[in-house]
Amino acid sequence: MIDKLFGWVDDRLALSRSGRHLINKIFPDHWSFMIGEIALYSFIVLLLTGVFLTLYFVPSGSDVVYHGVYAPLRGQRISEAYNSTVNLSFQVRGGLLMRQMHHWAANIFVGSIVVHMLRVFFTGAFRRPREANWMIGTTLLILAIFNGFLGYSLPDDLISGTGIRIAFSITESIPFVGTYLGFFLFGGQYPGTAIIPRFFILHVLVLPLVILGLLAGHLGMLVKHKHAQFPGRGARNDNVVGSPLWPTYAAKAGGFFFLTTGVTALLGAAVQINPIWQYGQYYPYKVSYAVQPDWYMGFLDGALRVMPAWELHLPGHMIPNVFFPAILLPGITFTLLMLYPFIEAKLTGDVAEHHLLDRPRDRPVRTAFGVATFAFYFVLFGASATDVLANYLSLTLNFVLWAFRIMAIVVPFIVFAVTYKLCKELQQTPSAGKRQQFNLILRSADGGYTTVPAEQYPGYDQPELAPVDVEKVELTADAAQQDGDEGVYEIPRRYR
Amino acid sequence: MPDTTDTPAPEEPHAGSGHATGGARGEPVSLDAPQFAVAARHPRRAEGAAAVSFFLSFLSFAAFGAAYWQAAPNDVLGISLGVGFAAFGVALVTWGKYLMPRGPFEEPRPQMATTPQERAEFVGDFASRGKVAIERRGALAKLMGAAGAVLGIVALFPLVRSLGPKPNGSMYHTKWRKGSRLTSIDGRAVALDDIEVGGIITVFPENDVGGALSQTVLIRVQQTGDVVTGPGKETWGPHGYLAFSKVCTHAGCPVGLYQELTHQLLCPCHQSLFDVDTGATPVFGPAPRPLPQLPLYVDSKGYLRAQAGFDEPIGPGFWYRGGSNGSPQ
Repeated sequence: MIDKLFGWVDDRLALSRSGRHLINKIFPDHWSFMIGEIALYSFIVLLLTGVFLTLYFVPSGSDVVYHGVYAPLRGQRISEAYNSTVNLSFQVRGGLLMRQMHHWAANIFVGSIVVHMLRVFFTGAFRRPREANWMIGTTLLILAIFNGFLGYSLPDDLISGTGIRIAFSITESIPFVGTYLGFFLFGGQYPGTAIIPRFFILHVLVLPLVILGLLAGHLGMLVKHKHAQFPGRGARNDNVVGSPLWPTYAAKAGGFFFLTTGVTALLGAAVQINPIWQYGQYYPYKVSYAVQPDWYMGFLDGALRVMPAWELHLPGHMIPNVFFPAILLPGITFTLLMLYPFIEAKLTGDVAEHHLLDRPRDRPVRTAFGVATFAFYFVLFGASATDVLANYLSLTLNFVLWAFRIMAIVVPFIVFAVTYKLCKELQQTPSAGKRQQFNLILRSADGGYTTVPAEQYPGYDQPELAPVDVEKVELTADAAQQDGDEGVYEIPRRYR
Repeated sequence: MPDTTDTPAPEEPHAGSGHATGGARGEPVSLDAPQFAVAARHPRRAEGAAAVSFFLSFLSFAAFGAAYWQAAPNDVLGISLGVGFAAFGVALVTWGKYLMPRGPFEEPRPQMATTPQERAEFVGDFASRGKVAIERRGALAKLMGAAGAVLGIVALFPLVRSLGPKPNGSMYHTKWRKGSRLTSIDGRAVALDDIEVGGIITVFPENDVGGALSQTVLIRVQQTGDVVTGPGKETWGPHGYLAFSKVCTHAGCPVGLYQELTHQLLCPCHQSLFDVDTGATPVFGPAPRPLPQLPLYVDSKGYLRAQAGFDEPIGPGFWYRGGSNGSPQ
């Protein structure tokens, strides 16, 4: 039956031809290649839980009176968006779980993109021919951050409302067009009338579609280029060494999807996130203390805080303070990030195709530059907690702010020097990080001792093998007979 | 010592030329090659672990179904679902990692760059056909371009004309007018004796209660006498009252926290600090300008009113906020 159905489809779509190629695709066996997969899987979790949420969320700013089960809010005038979010959390079966999973998955999505990007950066995987895919990846990071912001702004609670207010101020700080942009986006002067329905459609339709399209391009290019790989185990520039898609990676990657989903569900079950009923409805004149955005907006919030109180006054015009930390800084950052592959190629003069990855220590300047840049953003991220830190450490706000202002400038240089030095030192110890062969001490019959190196690496009872070409597998007569079905490979009995 | 009886001798990991089994590159490989052995040292144990894990996931998914049916609380739902997924994943990964051919396998990778000949053929085809079809129809191509360009421009109209009104003057004024009554959020007009020294409330003009832009903080800093925050503002603070726009000049958050002892207003978003006595001038943090002050007077019935609106645009800066008082030039 299945044979017949497959035959029917195959006759019309020639699946066997492309299918053989597909199931033979080789994935390198290195854990660091799984980080990008976490991003992909958490995006799938986002889509699934997100669809559930749209069934109950009402994207509207109109007033309603709360009549739900949460006693402290009863009788209050709140917006439909806030009302429906509270209701789907408390009155829809599984609603709170889906909402918390959605929020956690969003945090994991952006986080795994960042870590994936660090892996790609420090191993030089962005070099030719993968520059365009690096740019797509950077765009995906920007879109993920934007969509995360839009998403947590939707419930119309006090904390997210404050974030929207800041977003309006940042928009109107853009020279020439800022005020117009803000008015067109919000449907008028702040707070406008349209922001929740507009954020909603951007969040659930427009940006996910763009992300899906770019993701298809990202993965399509990956298939075209095939994976980059670490040297060793017979890996060369003109091959890929690892395990095939079918069956090994289908099981590994498929299992990893369920693991990611499982962890997200456990987080959604056990770790509360964004309890909007505690924050209350957003009113423009209300504000709460210690307000922080989600972590991936933290560097922006920190930059806003450490920026000195400067504005640029021009005849008849001005460039407001928030323009520098919130538009110029991320603008420069992401432009440089986009162009990094070309900048490095220009500086090193290396324009060859690279499919073998670097060890970070072998590229000390790139590694030190990357770690220093990351340190700068980490300091800004920390600066988004100046008030909390001052409280917690019993320091004055003044001291903490100045500490972060100085650190933002000084730390990257220190980190650069330390990383560069570390890379250079590591280069001198070629066996660092490798399993050492252990020695056997043998006693001979006459009582003499000799020391010989063991053939095996400890914990490694299987020798390193050379890779075999996956398309050149020949079915032995035995195996074909045993299985009785040509085209399926059978593992010989002694290896089972 | 691990048991080595069944495995071939170890090989140099970096030996690019010599393949342990299967002969030279590109030659057929038998399924008897060690690369097809399963990766686990003890396949039975791995199989057992995967089986236990699948069974656990079976139980957990069933438990999730029961929990959903019984409308169990969030943590029961989530833990049963999460354990189900995670155990399913662990089982599959165990299967894939330990019970499948250990490899390594390889496939060839073509260089991405095309040969000059491939490129020449493609470009040649494209250009020669283009010559016939397009270059001889230059007028058509120009007309098509013109029509497309008009569409492109026209398509912008809904973006710029329908999404929202133009800012016009709305950035420069709030709803505060000469004579506006200071009104609290519950709609009551604020009278002279409503606030004690050190007290603070948020007020609005009576026609815009709750308004995001007209929100103003009213602070009583002393019991009697006019509070003078600067030249030209001698009458703005009657009977110890001062009123400032509540919209932070940095990023627009409500400046909601008043420190009574130091007479300072703090914005909780980015910690800008404003000194009330000197006209809410910024003394700390990123805010670049003072909070605009609302001139007050007390009417004949003892209610607080505005002498006029704010004399400069409130809130954060914007491109068209020029000149000394912020008005358009």
